[in-house]
Amino acid sequence: MSEAPFGRRLLEVTGNDELGAYRVLRVLDPQMCGPRGATPEPGQFAMIAAAEHWGGGEQQRPYLPRAFSIARLAGEECHFLLEDVGPGTRRLCELRAGDRLWVLGPLGRGFQLGGREPDQRRALLVGGGVGIAPLAILQDTLDRDTTVLLGFRDRARAAGAALLRDAHVASDDGSVGHHGLVTELLAAELERDPHAVVYACGPAAMLEGVRAICEQRATPAQLALEAGMACGFGACFGCVVARRDGGYLRVCVDGPVVDAAELEHVDAHAGAPA
Amino acid sequence: MRMRERRREPAIYAKRGDSVSIEFCGLTLAHPIINGSGTFDAIAAQRVFGAQLHERFPFAAYVSKTITLEPRAGNPPPRLWETPAGLINSIGLPNKGLERYLAEDLPALAELPVPLITNVMGASAEELSILLDACDARAEIAAIELNVSCPNVKTGLDIGADPVQLEEVMRAVRPCTGKPLIVKLTPNTADVGACALGAERGGADALSLINTLRATALAPRARRAPVGDSAPRDAAAAWLGGGTGGLSGPAIRAVALAQVAAVATRVTIPVIGMGGVQSVSHAQDLLDLGATLVAVGTESFRDPAAAARIAEGLHEMATRRG
Repeated sequence: MSEAPFGRRLLEVTGNDELGAYRVLRVLDPQMCGPRGATPEPGQFAMIAAAEHWGGGEQQRPYLPRAFSIARLAGEECHFLLEDVGPGTRRLCELRAGDRLWVLGPLGRGFQLGGREPDQRRALLVGGGVGIAPLAILQDTLDRDTTVLLGFRDRARAAGAALLRDAHVASDDGSVGHHGLVTELLAAELERDPHAVVYACGPAAMLEGVRAICEQRATPAQLALEAGMACGFGACFGCVVARRDGGYLRVCVDGPVVDAAELEHVDAHAGAPA
Repeated sequence: MRMRERRREPAIYAKRGDSVSIEFCGLTLAHPIINGSGTFDAIAAQRVFGAQLHERFPFAAYVSKTITLEPRAGNPPPRLWETPAGLINSIGLPNKGLERYLAEDLPALAELPVPLITNVMGASAEELSILLDACDARAEIAAIELNVSCPNVKTGLDIGADPVQLEEVMRAVRPCTGKPLIVKLTPNTADVGACALGAERGGADALSLINTLRATALAPRARRAPVGDSAPRDAAAAWLGGGTGGLSGPAIRAVALAQVAAVATRVTIPVIGMGGVQSVSHAQDLLDLGATLVAVGTESFRDPAAAARIAEGLHEMATRRG
């Protein structure tokens, strides 16, 4: 994994663009992006917090920084995909160009590319909701054809599919693409051509569906997990999920991307502080 | 036992020769900032931040997370809850157990550029004696901190919550080690000053406080299980996998100030103050109340370099004072 600079750094927001129900928050981060940057691997994340008015929101929150997948690198800009679901994400959604953001990262283990799948299986990228974020930088990085399957609740959220190229979309309400679950698209894809490796990120129920389908077909799968976390660098031990072989793994340092075989099942996650 | 003067040695963080340093239980520390136990995993942080961590190591001494005799997996998730300006954790002290700590972690922790304080917890004087004996035998360990926020198997009461019980346990385990013995007091007690005095009488070399305040959180209403006839009410609404947890962060700083003040005026041994410290001025407040060292905990979660920033600020002030 790429090493993170020690300590959080204060960065300038360069934009915060609407993307359907989501926003794409852009910050100038030469320490992480661009030719002299740490070049995060796809699936790594950062802990971010607004420099001003972080706190004093609903129930006097937020207090802790929030964990976000790195969605894309563009020049010296780093992009995060936001959805307003609580006092922290709401504050981040309010940020405008010129505002400042605390960033710690890149953190965690990203998707493990190459080496593990020497037989050049095709890459299936499976995402749900705001969890599609790390699949964008993954698609940018992969030097082979990818098949992208994305699921969303409704039309406004399905607009997020524009973050990736050539996405096949499913929607819960049938307003866009396949009327149903993205895991149904995955099952059909694997039926058609099982020689694939799956990279997935999304809500726990979706990841559990992906895990079960891939286990049944012995398809290698890597899952980017989400969990409530306070620190992002292994200090708080708050973000654990149960391992298949007993005990817990820390999503922040042992993940967020884990081999699906490491998990017995993906629990309805405890819910990150939003 | 040696006689102690009933007068506190003033904590002086100042120039000694060409450099500034501070004395604590026979250890010479570069500055007065350490970490709270369980708030910074130096081994994980080394993996995340690489060599930069040692170059700007934030703490003048490093306190390990709590080590118990047997391995512990910790509490089931969820383990965290964000509160107004604070955090409730219900981690459950996951650790490898004494044997694997000594074999696997101690070599790595001994490489840190600062003295190592090992924090241990046991449910009886017998268990604590085994832990202290083992730590005493290891030269890599500079001092030992006792987590006494553990129910005594015999009384069911937290060892540190009762002054008489704490003094008894301390008298029993004190002979196990000649290394400095720090007692991490629990704030969840009627009279923290009396407990501090009990620990001192029992032979503690120093005290640290405050530990987290017992707290709980209810699940968001939409996620609560419906309350049926058979379901206990608290289970329907509990959020934390461990049921209750400990509150930390700026939310408890005012409590920390009061408890550190109460303890520092009662005992002659050095005090490590902590609780919600976010800045140089917060650290200075605890030093002004009589603390010799200050620990940074939850703020390190928000910024791993927070303690380095605070230590650098204090260093600048001490250098200017001369």
